[in-house]
Amino acid sequence: MKNKKNLFELIARDWQLLTIILLPALYFIIFHYVPMYGLIIAFKDYRIGKGIIGSEWVGIEWFKEFFKSFYFVRLIRNTFLLSVYNIIFSLPVPIIFALGLDEIDRAWIKKTSQTLSYAPYFISTVVLVGIMYNFLSVHDGVVNVILAKFGFKKINFWSSPKWFRPLYIGSGIWQIFGINSILYIAVLSTIDPQLYEALAIDGGNKWHKVRYIKLPAIKNIFIILMILSLGQILSVGYEKVILMYSPSTYETSDIISTYIYRSGILDARFSYGAAVGFFNSVINFFVVIIFNFIARKTQETSLW
Amino acid sequence: MRTKDFVERLFTFIAYSIVFIAVIVTLLPLIYVLNASFSDPYYVSRGDILLYPKGFYLESYKTIFAEKEVWQAYYNTILYTFFGTFLNLTFTMLAAYPLTRRKFFARSFFSFFFLFTMFFSGGLIPLYLIVVKLGMYNTRWAMIIPPLISVWNLIICRTYIQTSIPEELIECAKIEGCSEFRILRAIIVPLSKPIIATLIIFYGVNHWNSYFNALVFLRNERLQPLQLYLRKVLMASSPDLLQSYAVRLDEVSTRMQLLFTQIKFSMIIVSILPILLIYPFFQKYFVKGMLIGYHNTIFHICAKISRLRCGNEVKLDSIAGSDLYI
Repeated sequence: MKNKKNLFELIARDWQLLTIILLPALYFIIFHYVPMYGLIIAFKDYRIGKGIIGSEWVGIEWFKEFFKSFYFVRLIRNTFLLSVYNIIFSLPVPIIFALGLDEIDRAWIKKTSQTLSYAPYFISTVVLVGIMYNFLSVHDGVVNVILAKFGFKKINFWSSPKWFRPLYIGSGIWQIFGINSILYIAVLSTIDPQLYEALAIDGGNKWHKVRYIKLPAIKNIFIILMILSLGQILSVGYEKVILMYSPSTYETSDIISTYIYRSGILDARFSYGAAVGFFNSVINFFVVIIFNFIARKTQETSLW
Repeated sequence: MRTKDFVERLFTFIAYSIVFIAVIVTLLPLIYVLNASFSDPYYVSRGDILLYPKGFYLESYKTIFAEKEVWQAYYNTILYTFFGTFLNLTFTMLAAYPLTRRKFFARSFFSFFFLFTMFFSGGLIPLYLIVVKLGMYNTRWAMIIPPLISVWNLIICRTYIQTSIPEELIECAKIEGCSEFRILRAIIVPLSKPIIATLIIFYGVNHWNSYFNALVFLRNERLQPLQLYLRKVLMASSPDLLQSYAVRLDEVSTRMQLLFTQIKFSMIIVSILPILLIYPFFQKYFVKGMLIGYHNTIFHICAKISRLRCGNEVKLDSIAGSDLYI
C-alpha cells in the first residue's frame, strides 16, 4: 500500500517529464515493441485477412522447416563467416591508420589526411556498390580493361561466389576505416606525455612506444567496440549484400537477413519470414550476452 | 646507436607510407569517377583515363538533367531528408531530456526501455506488417516514421546534455517556477546547438543515403528517393533503360553501349556532389559529435553500469586544444 501511494505521488510530481517523454515512448512501443509481440506470428499461419488473433497456430512448424531446409547450413555459414571475417579484417585497419597518423608531426598532413579519409563514409551504399559494379564489370570495367592490357584473363567478379566476400569486406573497409579511426586518434592524442618521457628515459624507441603505451591505451575502446559489433553479428549489413548478390553467388552471399527479405517480403511468406527473423534476433541477443560474459571474465572492461 | 636511429627512421617512414597509401586508396576511385564522367565514352571504355579527363564530354550530364525522373527522385530525397531530420531531432530531444534529469523517477525504466531495442528486435517482417496495418505502405510516411529515433543518437544526445548543461542551471530555473516544457524550450535547446548540429548530420546523411526502406515500403515510382533510382540505373544492364536514354541521343548502337556505361559515372557524381560539397563545412561538427558521442558514451556506459575502470573520460577541452580538428 505504501508503494502504490508513492507511485502516484511520483507521477504527480514528474508529470511534465512524463508528458515530454510520452511521444517518443509511443514511437518505440509502436515500431519496436509491438513488432516484438508480432513475432508471435512465427508460431502461427498468419493470413492478413484473418489478422493475428484469427490465424491458426502451427507451433514450431516454420522453425522445423527452416532448420531442415536445404539452405539452413549455407545461410548460417555465410552469415557467420561474413560477419567474422568482416570483423577480423576491418578492426585492425582503423587502428593501424590511427597509429600511423599519430606519428606524423606536420599538422597539415595530419588534418588533410584525416578529412580525406572520412569522405568515403558519406557515400551511400548504392553509390559505393555502383562504383564497384562499374570498375569490376566484365566487359568494360577499369580493372578488367587493365588486366587485359597486361595480358591477364578478365575476371568475372560478379558471378563468381569466391569473390563475394573479399569484395564485400574490402569495400566496407574502404568506406569506414577513416570514420572508425576517429576514436582511436582521440585516445592516442590524450595520452599523458609523461609516459612518453619516462619511456624515453628508459631508452625505449618508437616501437616500444607503440607496444607499451599506445596499444594498452586503445585496448579498452577496442574491446567495447568489438562487443558492440559482435552483437550485430547475425544482422551483418544486408543492405549492401542485397545490392551485391545475385543467384549465381548465393553459395557465399546469401545470408539469413537476405533470405528473410526474399521469403518474407518478396514471396510474402510472413509467418515463415518472421520465424527466421525470430531465430536471428535470439541468436544475436545471446551472442552479446555470451561475449560480454567472456570479456568480463578475462578483462576488466565490459558493457555491464 | 646507429641501429636505434635506423629503427626510428624506418618506423616514421612506415607511418608516413601507411597514411599515404590510405589517402591514395581513398581518393583514387573518386578521382577516376570524376574524370570518367567528363570524358568521351570511347576513352572510358578503353581505360585510357586515369588522372585527368580525355575528350571533354558533357552530353551525359545534359542527358541526366533532362531526365524528369532524376528531378523527381532528387525532390523526394530532399523532402525526406528535410522533414525526416526535423522530426528526428524533435523526437530525439524529447526522448533525451527527461533521461538527463536525475530526479526523474522513471528515468532508469525509460533508459532500459529504449536501450533494450538495440539488443533485440522483432525483425523485418513484423515491422513491415505494422507499416502496412497503419496504412503507411506506399506513402511518404513510410520513409520518415519508422526510422524516427535512433537509440544510438539518443544516447549521444543524452550524454551531451548531461555533461554540458549543469544541473544547477536547471534547478535554478525550476526554483524560479519554470515548467519542464519551458526549460526544454528555453534552456536546453539553445544550449544544445553543437549536438543539434551533429544530430542533423547523422540523421541527415542517413536519410540522404537510405534506399532499403524505399525498396521495401514504396511501390510507386513517383515516391522513390534518389538512391533507389540510382540503384535502378547503376545496377541495371537491361537494354530497356538504354533505350529510354538513347531516344534523346541519336546515337548508333555500339556507341549506345559505351554511353550507357559512361552515363553511370556522371550519375554517380550528380548524386554525391551535394554531400561532398557540404562536407568540408560540417566535417568539424561531425568529428566533434563522433567523439562526444562514442567516446564519452562508452565511458559513461562503462562507468555507470560496471563501475569498473575503463580509462579516462575524455574532457572536451583537452581535445579542443589538440590539432584534431580543422
